[in-house]
Order: sequence, then structure tokens, then C-alpha cells
Amino acid sequence: MKFFPQPIVWSSPRTVTAIVVLALLAMLPIIAAAFDASYYVSLTTRILIYALAAIGLNLILGFGGMVSLGHAMYVLLGAYAVAIPASHGVTSGFTQLAIAISSTALLAAGVGAVSLRTTGIAFIMITLAFAQMLFFGAVSLKDYGGDDGLTVAARSSFGAFDLSNNVTLYYAAFIAVLVALYLSWRAVLSPFGLVLRGSKANARRAIALGHPIFQYQLVAYIASAVVCAVAGVLLANLTLFASPSYGAWTVSGELIVIVILGGLGTVFGPVVGAIILLALEEALPTLIEHVLPDYKSNWMLLLGLFIFVVALVLKHGVFGSLKSRSP
Amino acid sequence: MTTQLALSQLLNGLQLGVLLFLLAAGLTLVFGIMSFVNLAHGSLYMLGAYFGAAAFTHTESFLLALVAAVVGAGIVGLLLDRFALTTLYQRDHLDQVLATFGLILFFNELIRIIWGPSSVFMQVPQALSSTVDIFGFTYPSYRLAIIGAGIAVALGLYLLIQKTRVGMLIRAGATNANMVAALGINIKWLNTLVFALGAALAGLAGVMAGPIVSVQPGMGEPVLILTLVVIIIGGLGSIRGAFLAALIVGVVDTLGRAFMPTLMRTLFERSTADAAGPALASMLIYLFMAVVLAVKPQGLFPASTSVTR
Amino acid sequence: MSALVTKSLVKRFGGVLATDHVSLTVEAHELHAVIGPNGAGKSTLIGQLAGEIVSDEGSVHLLGQDVTRLNTHQRARLGLARTYQITQLAKEFSALDNVLLAVNARAGHKAHNFQFWHNAHDDQDAMQRADAALATVGLTSMRNTLVATMAHGEQRQLEIAMALATEPRLLLLDEPLAGMSQGESAAMIALLKSLKGRYPMLLVEHDMEAVFALADRVSVLVYGRIIATGTPDNIRSNREVRAAYLGEEMP
Ligand SMILES: Nc1ncnc2c1ncn2[C@@H]1O[C@H](COP(=O)(O)OP(=O)(O)OP(=O)(O)O)[C@@H](O)[C@H]1O
Ligand SMILES: [Mg+2]
Repeated sequence: MKFFPQPIVWSSPRTVTAIVVLALLAMLPIIAAAFDASYYVSLTTRILIYALAAIGLNLILGFGGMVSLGHAMYVLLGAYAVAIPASHGVTSGFTQLAIAISSTALLAAGVGAVSLRTTGIAFIMITLAFAQMLFFGAVSLKDYGGDDGLTVAARSSFGAFDLSNNVTLYYAAFIAVLVALYLSWRAVLSPFGLVLRGSKANARRAIALGHPIFQYQLVAYIASAVVCAVAGVLLANLTLFASPSYGAWTVSGELIVIVILGGLGTVFGPVVGAIILLALEEALPTLIEHVLPDYKSNWMLLLGLFIFVVALVLKHGVFGSLKSRSP
Repeated sequence: MTTQLALSQLLNGLQLGVLLFLLAAGLTLVFGIMSFVNLAHGSLYMLGAYFGAAAFTHTESFLLALVAAVVGAGIVGLLLDRFALTTLYQRDHLDQVLATFGLILFFNELIRIIWGPSSVFMQVPQALSSTVDIFGFTYPSYRLAIIGAGIAVALGLYLLIQKTRVGMLIRAGATNANMVAALGINIKWLNTLVFALGAALAGLAGVMAGPIVSVQPGMGEPVLILTLVVIIIGGLGSIRGAFLAALIVGVVDTLGRAFMPTLMRTLFERSTADAAGPALASMLIYLFMAVVLAVKPQGLFPASTSVTR
Repeated sequence: MSALVTKSLVKRFGGVLATDHVSLTVEAHELHAVIGPNGAGKSTLIGQLAGEIVSDEGSVHLLGQDVTRLNTHQRARLGLARTYQITQLAKEFSALDNVLLAVNARAGHKAHNFQFWHNAHDDQDAMQRADAALATVGLTSMRNTLVATMAHGEQRQLEIAMALATEPRLLLLDEPLAGMSQGESAAMIALLKSLKGRYPMLLVEHDMEAVFALADRVSVLVYGRIIATGTPDNIRSNREVRAAYLGEEMP
């Protein structure tokens, strides 16, 4: 069986970009070590985690046309699936991952089944509302830090190897991103993906042809939530912390920004989008410091404007603007 | 004693409800007519509160504060409509969400730059700083005034929409924008009017809430989300639905927070109740919305009923 | 067995009675045309048959099976295929992917597409069926063209190709000639002629010449009611029809 779901056009700008970016990411810890800049390892781990969550969201947003403004709730759930067991002394990564995935799948099945009864704007808002619900749920967990969140005593251990080393955690996130990219690439081109994309392109026709699109949307929704939950597991490991703020609606907004920034409906776009957005969030304060030192902390103003402009002018996203015919 | 508590909580709920209505009215009309999702609606509420607070501290006149908030927010709305958002009306909802999400960040930071990151204090106006006796319990007159003002505005809005030509166009636009355009009405002008009106109402809600909430950057978001819940439950584009849903959400949320923990204690062990009570209380309206949507995806009082799909 | 039997179908939009107790049949191998003035309820009728519009009253039987309570995709899976008066295509897809989407929903094919691993294009059997559907309507050269960039006439042909690709047992065509140039119309009429007899068809069309050339039977829908059904010759000479509808148009 072929390893790649479709023939690769090596000369296409998209392929080249994807390969260069992945190669750089693969070597980053080595480069960082050479320059004694270990800070960049954790920064890039964060980028990878956001990329992972955005790959999840892209599954429904980019390919299914479902605008979920609540996907941060699954990141939250993933993080708490690490933090709460850890606070009871359960540090097995397998257990935590199992809890994260099963609880997310259950929640997403319920939330998706209700939300998908609506379309368009109502879907946007109902997913937002569900996320708020979980957010407040987490706030009210007084035994687990409530508002303040709770610290994670130790990183997850996966049998022989555990994530306590920063570089190990980095590669765990990197591999998770690779796997997610590969699986979503396959899924998007598969018969399932064809129906999902068809339901986005013309839901009415897809139904009239005989596709029960609700089921496809629901399965995609659950899968996308699970990917976000895995990102949450990694995030809790990176920060050694879990708090309701992981599920804040602004995080859901950021995930949408990442997907659009990279390029809606491209498999690799979320990675590019995550790099750009998080690099920007990192660089803006420093940049402003050079020009207007007093306003260093007000970098969000520029970020807001940036997002506004992206929405107005960047139709296909950065990666999506590169030439290629296939997703 | 408890009935009095219940009554005063009920009034609190109504008070939250009318504030939510002021926000929901603009949002739902803008959605109905322009099919536009404006997440930055909460920012206009925040701006109203800040404009009002600033005017109040400088002039010590609450009336001027009201004017400053309403006019200020209205003008910002006008400018937004004319210069920033027009191109977005034709776009899909995703672009609208993204752009107005960016605007929220922008406005929050702008406020932080101008007024600083900590909250600004706004006093209850002198004339309304006392309490009144209703059925033997005391209730802050300011909150009562909010309820009165909110209902008055709702009435005014009702008259505007039901009895005037402009209102007829707004109604027609909310159910069928293409038809209004086909009638040769300059839809752009109507859009701007509705958008500015919605912004002014949001500003009004902001300044009225100013003395009873904390006026600070980001104060618009929690309210925005409640407002979204209101217009979903009420049925998108429906003013009547927004009014009823706003009252329902205001009352359910307030009563839930007030009584859910005690109610839970009668049903469960104290420790379970104390842990779950507040959580359930804050989740109550979202659960309510989920149930409503599960039963009626179009909301409780949809704007037009004959749509099939 | 009749391909389609409807009994007393009714649809009200508020005060408007869009279809008023419509009963008609489409026999096996028959091409049954429905004509009527604008707003007569023809598209509504097709919507009701397809299940997109929920009927207020009446029943629909497809190949002897009562499908009144089935929803749209279930009816499609039983072999009912429709086209749209206003083109409904996946615009950001290639022509091929549009038909492939249809092939993967074909009647009698496995009930679902929950396969996540192989590329949909690697299914040789499906690809052949898709190419065959494109060839039938003459779009082979457009195989990899993005629908959004195709001409209107080509999009109308693709409409038909998608319906055919589901390997239907009944075709409902809503004004396939709408908006076509003369040349395109001629090609489409030739196509419909070639399909006649292979599929039972319900054809809604304004183009009288085409209708009388193609139809085995014609029903006339006016204000939601069928005022006459008969052979083209019958209908042509029917006085009521001439008065109500054909008066100005037919010599
Ligand atoms: N969704 C709807 N809501 C309200 N009224 C509708 C709706 N759809 C159709 N109608 C009305 O029902 C009637 C029948 O419409 P329909 O589209 O079925 O006519 P038609 O025969 O297909 O016309 P045409 O030849 O123009 O395509 C018309 O009066 C129309 O205005
Ligand atoms: Mg029609």
C-alpha cells in the first residue's frame, strides 16, 4: 500500500514549504542547543501544541465548514485530564490520555449532536455557549483550584520514557503534529472526507444525493475535539499547570485565527498559522519596546488590528496562497 | 423573609434582563438585516460605560453621562459601520467572527491605554442612591430605575418598529433583506441606522450598568456571551424574542445563582451540594439554551416561521 | 409497478397553497412532464417528492414502497434522484469530484462512506462510474475543471450527470433547460431523448416544444392543482388547458 494518500508534487511551492518547515521543526532542539537558547524549545513546543489543536479544528472548520467558537473547551478538558489525576498521584500518561480521549469523545458527541441541529450563526454561538459552560464548570471546581487552576506536580510518564525532559516533550508534540497531519491528510482525501467536504461545499445537494451528512459532521466533530484534547494533555505537560483560562473563548478565537491565517481547507495550513500567530505574539512586545517603550504591554492592540486585517484581506491564508491544486 | 428575598432576586433578574435586552435588540436586528455577526457588540457596551463614567466624573451630571454614553457609542457604531465593517456584510460569518474578534482585542487594549488597566469607579447618581420600600422590603432605587428605563426603551423600540415607516422597513429587512432592496430602498442607509441604533442601545446598557458592575477592560465579553445566548434562545432576528428571552435569561441566571446552592443542599449532602451548586448555577442558562435548541433549533420565537430547509 | 405514485399531496406556505392535492403517477419507462405557469408549485412538488419539503398532507410511493415518512437522503438511497432549477453543485470541487460524490451515494451501494484511509480517487470502480456519467452528458473534457470556472450550460449538464451518477430508479428534473442558449438546449434535449426509456422521469419544463417532443404524458399544474393529465396531443387540444395556460402561447 502507498504510504502517501496522493502523489506528491515535489516542485509545488506548498510541498517545498511544508518540507522546509517540518525539517526546521525537526532540528530545532539541536539548533537551540547549539546556540544555548533552550527558551526557544519551550516556545516552539507551545507553537506545536497550538498547531495540533488547530489541525483538529481545521478538520471541521476547513473541511466541514463548521465554525466552532468553542474548541478551546476540549483543550481545557485535555489539560484537566492530566492535572486532576496527577493531583491524585496518577501520573501514567496512558491513563491520562485515555481519560482525556474518552471524556472528550463523550462530551463532543453530546455537544455535537445538539449543536449540529443548527447551522451558520447559531452553530457558532451554541458552540461558544457550551464552551462557556465548561469554563464555568472548571471555575467552580473548588477542590481543584477553581479560578486559579491547579499546578501539575509531575509530567506524564509513558512507561519507559517520560516527558520530564523538555526535549522529549518537544518531540512528543512534534510527533503528535506529524501523526495528526498525516491522519487528517488521509481522512480529507478519503471517501469520508469527500462527503465531509461535499457537505461544506453544498449541504443541500449532498443530502439530496443520499448522504446523511449529519453523521459525517458529527464524526468529524468528535475527531476534531479529540485532537484538541490531546493538545490539552501536552499543554498541561508543558506548563505544568491547568486552569479554566485554557478554555477561555479567546483561545477558541485564537484557534480560528490560526486556521484562517494558515489557510482554510489546507492540511498543513494550521502549522504555518500557529507559527505566525505565536511568533507574532512573542515578537510584538519586543518590537514595541524599541519604538514606544511605555506601550510595551499594549501589544494586543496591534494584534487585534492584525487579526482584523487578516479577516478582511487574507482570503486563502498564508499557506493557502501558495500554488497547488490539491488540499 | 424568604419570599422577600425571592422577590428582590426576581427584581435583580429583571434588571439583568432589561440590560441584556438593550444589548440583544441591536445585535439581533443587525443580524437579521445584515446577516452580520458582531462580536464587538460587547465592546460598544464597554465604551458606553467608560464614556458615561468619564462624563459623570467631569460633570457630575448623570444625565450628561447618559447622553455621552449613548451618543458616544452611537458615533463609534456609525464609524465602524461606515469605515470598517461594510465590506464584511457580504462575507461569510467566519470572516465576520474573525474580524470582530480582532476588534474586541483592539478596543480592550485601547481602553487600557486611555483609562488604565484597573477598574474605573462610577457612582450611583445622588437622586437614586437611596432605597425604596416595595411590599415591605427595601430595594435599591437605582436598580429599580434601570428596570423602568429598560422597559421604557423596550416600549419605545416597539413603537418605533411597529408604528413607523422606518420600523416597517426594519421589520421587512429582518425577515427578508432582499425584498427591501428590491423595493428600491437604500439598504445601506437602513443598515447604518440600525447599526448605530444598536450601538447606542449597547452604550446605554453600559452606562446604566456602570454604577453596579465593575467598569474595566474586557467587561463586555461576559455580557456579550449572555447576549448571544439571549438572541439564540429568542430566535435570531426577532425583537420580540430578544425581549422575552432576555427576561427569561436574566431571571433564570439570577435566581439560579441565588438559590441553586441552597436547593442543592436540600437534595444532596452538604459537601456535594457546595461543590456542585455554584457550578450548576453558572451553567444553568447554557443548559437551558441547549435544551431549547435541542427542541426548537430556530429558537423560541423565530422571526419568520415559513422557512423550510 | 409504477415508479412513482403520489396521492393528494398538499403544501401550504402560510396562506399560499403551493400544491393542492396533487395526485400523479410516473410509470416505469415513462417520461411524465409537468408544465405550468410561474409559481404554479412545480418546484415545490419536486421538493416534496424528494423529501426536502415536508408535505402537509398526502403520500408518496416510490417503486411500490411508501416513502412518505422517509427523509431526503433515505429516499435518495432508494433510487430517487433530482436536479435543481437553480444549479446546486459543489462549486469548489472539480467536475469529477462532484460526480464522484454522487457515485459514492448510489442506490444499492453500501450504505455509508465511513472509510478514512484510502484516497477516494483510488476506488477504480467508482472512478469508472463517475467517468461514465461525465461521458454521458459530454463533459469528459471538463473532468478536472473546477466547477466555479465552468460555463452555465456545462454546469446544467453536470447537474444531470450527478443525478445519473447515483444510478437512480426515478429521475426528477426541474427545468433542465433553464437559462440555456439555443445550442445548449438542443444538446440537452438530445441527451434527455437518449435517457428516455432508460429511467422513469418526471420532467418540469417551461419549454413547450421540448415537452411535447419528449413527453409520454403531460400534466398541467395551475395554482398548485393538476387541471389535466394526458398525452401531448390530448393536452394540446384540451380546452381547459388552452384557456388556463396555453392560450397565448400555442397557436
Ligand atoms: N419557502 C417558501 N416559502 C414561502 N412561499 C414559498 C416558498 N417556496 C415557494 N413558495 C411559494 O409557493 C408557490 C409555488 O412556488 P414554486 O417555486 O413551487 O413554483 P414553480 O412552479 O416552480 O415556479 P417557477 O416556474 O417560477 O419555477 C409560489 O407562490 C411561491 O412564492
Ligand atoms: Mg420552479
